[in-house]
Formats: sequence, C-alpha cells, structure tokens
Amino acid sequence: MQQVISLLVENKPGALMRIVGLISARGWNIDSLTVAKTLDTSLSRMTIAVAVDDHMRRQVIKQMNKLINVLQATDLSEGPSVTREMVLMRVRAPQESRTAILKEAEIFGARVVDSSVEGFALEATGETEKLDEFADIMRSYGEIEITRSGAVTLSLEAKKLRLSPPVTKGAQVHETDGQEKLVHKTN
Amino acid sequence: MSNLMSGSKILLECLVREGVDTIYGYPGGVTIPFYDAMYDHPIRHVLVRHEQNAAFAAQGYVRATGKTGVCCATSGPGATNLTTGLVDALLDSIPIVALTGQVTSTLIGTDAFQEADTFGITRSATKHNFLIKNIADLPQAIHEAFYIASSGRPGPVLVDITKDVFQGNMQYNPVTSIHLPGYKVYTEGHTGQIRRAAQMMLEAERPMVYAGGGVIHSEASAELRELVELVDSPTVCTLMGLGALPGNHPNYISMPGMHGSYAANMGMYNTDLIIALGVRFDDRVTGRLKAFAPHAKVIHVDIDPSEISKNRNADLPIVGDVKRVLQKLNAVLREMNPSAMDRPGLRAWWKQVRDWKAEHPLEPSFSTTEIKPQHLMAEIERISKGEAIVATDVGQHQMWAAQHISFNKPRLWLTSGGLGSMGFGLPASVGAQMACPNQLVFCIVGDGGFQMSLPELATIVNHGLPIKIICMNNGYLGMVRQWQQLFYNNRLSQVTLDGFPDPVHLAAAYGFKGSTVSHPSQLRAALEMAVAEPGPYLLNVKVSPEENVYPMVPAGGAINEMVLGPPSPVEVPR
Repeated sequence: MQQVISLLVENKPGALMRIVGLISARGWNIDSLTVAKTLDTSLSRMTIAVAVDDHMRRQVIKQMNKLINVLQATDLSEGPSVTREMVLMRVRAPQESRTAILKEAEIFGARVVDSSVEGFALEATGETEKLDEFADIMRSYGEIEITRSGAVTLSLEAKKLRLSPPVTKGAQVHETDGQEKLVHKTN
Repeated sequence: MSNLMSGSKILLECLVREGVDTIYGYPGGVTIPFYDAMYDHPIRHVLVRHEQNAAFAAQGYVRATGKTGVCCATSGPGATNLTTGLVDALLDSIPIVALTGQVTSTLIGTDAFQEADTFGITRSATKHNFLIKNIADLPQAIHEAFYIASSGRPGPVLVDITKDVFQGNMQYNPVTSIHLPGYKVYTEGHTGQIRRAAQMMLEAERPMVYAGGGVIHSEASAELRELVELVDSPTVCTLMGLGALPGNHPNYISMPGMHGSYAANMGMYNTDLIIALGVRFDDRVTGRLKAFAPHAKVIHVDIDPSEISKNRNADLPIVGDVKRVLQKLNAVLREMNPSAMDRPGLRAWWKQVRDWKAEHPLEPSFSTTEIKPQHLMAEIERISKGEAIVATDVGQHQMWAAQHISFNKPRLWLTSGGLGSMGFGLPASVGAQMACPNQLVFCIVGDGGFQMSLPELATIVNHGLPIKIICMNNGYLGMVRQWQQLFYNNRLSQVTLDGFPDPVHLAAAYGFKGSTVSHPSQLRAALEMAVAEPGPYLLNVKVSPEENVYPMVPAGGAINEMVLGPPSPVEVPR
C-alpha cells in the first residue's frame, strides 16, 4: 500500500542518499519524491510516496527517525493531510482545437504559460488523480509532453518537533521533559 | 604563523581528547601525511596485514574493554577492504570509529588513482558517516563520530578525509560542544511502563529472561543478576549476551536458538512472559517466528526504538538503556518484595525447566579414538573456568564453543554474531590481547576461518602477543558440510579444505611454536603445554571430521522442534 512520508532533514550532502538507501535496500520503488529547502535554509523538507509492505510501515518510519540527519519523519497516510502536485505540459494544438483546449484548461484551473503556433504550455496544480485526468483529456487533443513535480504533502495536524540539545563534551545534559537524558561517554 | 596545525596533527589531537590509545590500521598513498604525523606521536599504531583485520582487531579491543575502537585505512582498496569489518560492527552494535583517506578533494569524481566512493559504499555499513573535504570541518566531525559511535545503540562511524585536509593547516580550537539535533538517545525508560513491567513479571507463572548483547554494551550485568534473582526467573543469554549472567549462576539455563540447548528452547517456547533485554529477536534465536513463544507476552527493553516490535510484537515496550531501566525496575521490584510472595506457578515452572535440563543436557561427547570437538571445548573450559577471553571465528567450532565454554563475566566472549564473518577470530584476539595484556586469550578458529586471516600471525609476533590459537581442524568447512549432509543429500560441494599447512612449520616460519594433536589421550597435555608457553602458540587439533552440531533447529523450523542428534548413521565419503 502506498505510504506518504514527510521528512524534515538537515540540508547536508548525503542526507537524501541515506533516506533513499533505506528504501532501496528493501527493494521498494519510490513513486515520487520532492525535496526543497525550508524557510530555515539549513533544513529541507521531503515528501516521499512509496509502496511499502504493510507490516513494514512503522518500521521504515522508525528507521528514518534513527538517521542522524533526519529531524523528524512522519507517516502522513495516518492523519489528515493535504497533497498537491504540479504539472507542466506542452500541448500541440492545431488552429481548430485551440479554443477547446483553453476551455478544458480553464475547467482544471490550468494557466497558459506559453503560447505559440504549435500549441500551448500549460501549468496546473491539484491532487494527483485530478492531474491524471487532466493529462488524459489533453492527450485526446494530440501529442503532449509532460513534467510532474511529484506530490508535496502538508500534515493538517501540528506535530511537536523534538530536537536534541547540544551536548557539552564530557558533561551530562538533561532533556527538558526529564524522561530522557543524553550522556556523552568520553573514554 | 606558529599556531597553525596540520589536519593530520589536529586529527591526532582530537583522538587523544577522545581517550584513544591505539589505532589499528594500514597506511597507503593518501594517508601518508597522517602517518607522517604519527611518526613521533605517542599514540600507538598497530600495523595489521589487511584492512579488514584492522576493523576486526579494533572490534576485539572494543568487545574486551567497552571503549571505542579506532581503525584506519587508505582510500580505494583500503576503504573497501575495511567494509566487512564495519558491517560486522554494525550488526553487533560495536562502537568503532573508522578513519579513511580519500583522494584530494579536487580529484574526487575523476576516477583518480585509488579513488572509491567510500562515503557512498559505507552508507549502509555504518551507523553514520562523514566526508570531510574542508579542514575546518574536521575536529567537529571527529568528535561527532565518537559521540555517535559510543552513545545510544553503539555502532561503527566512518570519517572519510581527503588528502588535502590531512595536508592543510589551520588554527586549531578544541571542540567544546556537539549539536546533532536529529540524533535522539533515549536512555531512561518510561517510569509507568517500568512499574507495569514489574507487575507483569511477578504475575507471570512461567517467566523467561532473554538477555542479549545490549546487556553487555550497557554494562548491566550486575543489574541483570539482581533482576533474575528478584524475579527468580530462568534466564537464557544469546550468542551476543554470553557472560551477561555468569555461566555458573543457578538461574542461567544456556544459549537459546538454532544451536541452543533443549531446556533453553523448550523454555522459550513454553514461557508465558519473555523479558527481553537488549535483544533483537534474531531469526537464529526465534526459528520460525510465527511459532516462536506462542503463549508468551513480551516485555522488550531496548535503547533502539526501531527494534521494538520489529520481529516480535512487544506487549510492553520500554525504550531505554538496559542498565538505567534495570536499575529502576529493580528498585520497584525490591519494594514489592517478591521473595515474600507465594508463587506456586513459578515453582512448577522451575521443576519443568530442571526436568528439561536433565532430559537432554548439553554434555560434551567423548571418544577414545578421536578427539570430539565437544571434548576439545570441554578441555578449554577446564582450563578457563569461565575466566579466559575466548575469541572465535564462525562456524561449527563457534557453536560448540558457545555451548561448552562458560563465562563468569561479560567481555570474555568475542564472536561475530550478526554478520557471521569468517576470519574474525584471529584479528579480534589481537585487539583483545593488546587491550588485556595479562589475561589468558584463547583464539578458537576452524581451519577455514583461520586461513582467511592467516597473515595476522605476523602482527601477533610483532607485538609478542601470547595468544593461544586453537585451530579446530576437521578438514572441512564444517557448518556448510553439516547442512549439505542433512539437507542436500550429503552432496558435499566445495567444502573439503585440503592443503592445510603443517602447523609446526607454519608457526616456526613466523618464529613461534606450534604442534598438532590428534589423539584424545594427548589433548589435555597439549593444551596445557600451549597455555604454559610464554609466547603465542598454535595448537592444531585434529577432530572427528564428520561431527555435527546438535541440538539443531533446522532453518524455518519452530524452536521446540529441535533435532537432538544424528537422524540415522550417514556414510560420508572422504
């Protein structure tokens, strides 16, 4: 079953490799993956859609949370969330169908980003299934060329982000909630 | 600009600050600047004969002491050779920091001489790894590496350092703090869960403590002992946990699993409460998972949240350091005063466990004409009395050693459990003997694994390490032969190891003593002579070649379905 995982990660070389490595090592195929810096440019937000063996769903989230570069990994399939994807599409449009194409584009809320004698370049955002339909309809007018962004997902529940505080070398640091403690064992 | 320091010197300074006294390594092209800085530095470097053995030797040092070990290799082949030792450390949660050289940063990606993508290759071989292309990042990375390796669930961390970082110079300011916001270590355990665990333990009629490597890593032996005495529970220690509870403790049963004892496996099958401490329900312990401990509830204590309910669902999970959790748990149990309780179910359970023990004891077999492997292990046990360090390789001898040699404390039994890497034993014994120079160290190897690490005999001689190498020689890759005999119609394919070198000449060629013993009547004297020898000794013990390890749970079998002995006499062609 498809699982949508949202990750907040340190924006460092190798961070993506570690996350993707966890998935590829289990022989799973990633359906879509998006990465971009957050407002805090030292961090990145990733959304990964991947078909996971059912009994491994929780395990893979735990494994991701174990990665040093991962601040938080959450399974968005478990709670309420909103998913959007963007598509850029070139449609070949002969004179007789240009108006019809524009009408259809309007129905899907797509914008024309380029227009030429050959046709249009369109931009649309929406849920993945909606964009699938949009692509099908446009294909009925002729050849299309398409680039999709992959899903970006936002959880609609606020999740508390727990971060580890700095560790003074050789000292014991108590976490604020008193339940956990970080101890740096110096030899 | 006299306050500038080279990257190589800064690296050494960071190692000193981490308390490192020994590096196991092998130099090469890009690490020459680092080795140049080592030339007049007090840190001890042990030159092994193959990079894989640098990682294994560092592991031997760690397993015997609990300190973080350090190994070092050059770029390309040096780093790729190291990889097996890293994965081995990852699977057994052994804290080592591996330092590798990398080609000059401007050459990365050009297929330069001895270039390999070490950072990529070791991604899945380590707990974490670093690629350092800028000298300014070096000190922070080294201290982070040690922190990550030794804290939480320990493991190997690799730092790949480009040649220009070793050669570069900068002003060095010691690192005073580490900030890894995404690295969470849960040590304390949830107080409410701990209370519930204590309740469950005293309500259980047929409890079973299942203790593993985590107990040894967290130095929780004393706490484990108190727990099993408070609860009065039978206890099994896994291959990684041998010595966590003394082998002669009245509550100790033995090792469970594929080659575990009848009592341990029947106990694990019939228990109503598994108290799992620093274990991971490995397939070699559980057998067919669906049929494992079908009547049991599970309390699972582990520092790694991803181990909880990974293989077997935990009814009561406690994420925390085993030592801290057991300290709290024991305090709760003491308050409940279990010794004053009447627990008739527990009395019946103990009778049952003792009956199983008596029914099929793990007793060595003897012969008057040939040395049985079990006889060999019993003789080593007689000398060791649970006090010697025993490093093993992987295979039949490893299982017989685990079955028949006891350990009165942790960190005496050094074995490659998770990865099962042949060639582990000899280099691991090097690290252990260097860490514990006054202790008797047995290196028990098979004739197969011994030949994988043979060049380390030179390292042993270089450092005058008085390791007693006991080669259990059956002329076969015994464990594979056993499976071929039992499950592949005795079609013995590529398991005969002819051409074993004459041990007397082999040892003499390296400058120490060796001998062969093949008659059971001479075994004891031969072992005593080996132990009496002040230096290293190679004792080649010819054992009955077709002996198999029993009990055995066949792959995919349930743990209560053990094969206790040979099914029927089988002709083995020689």
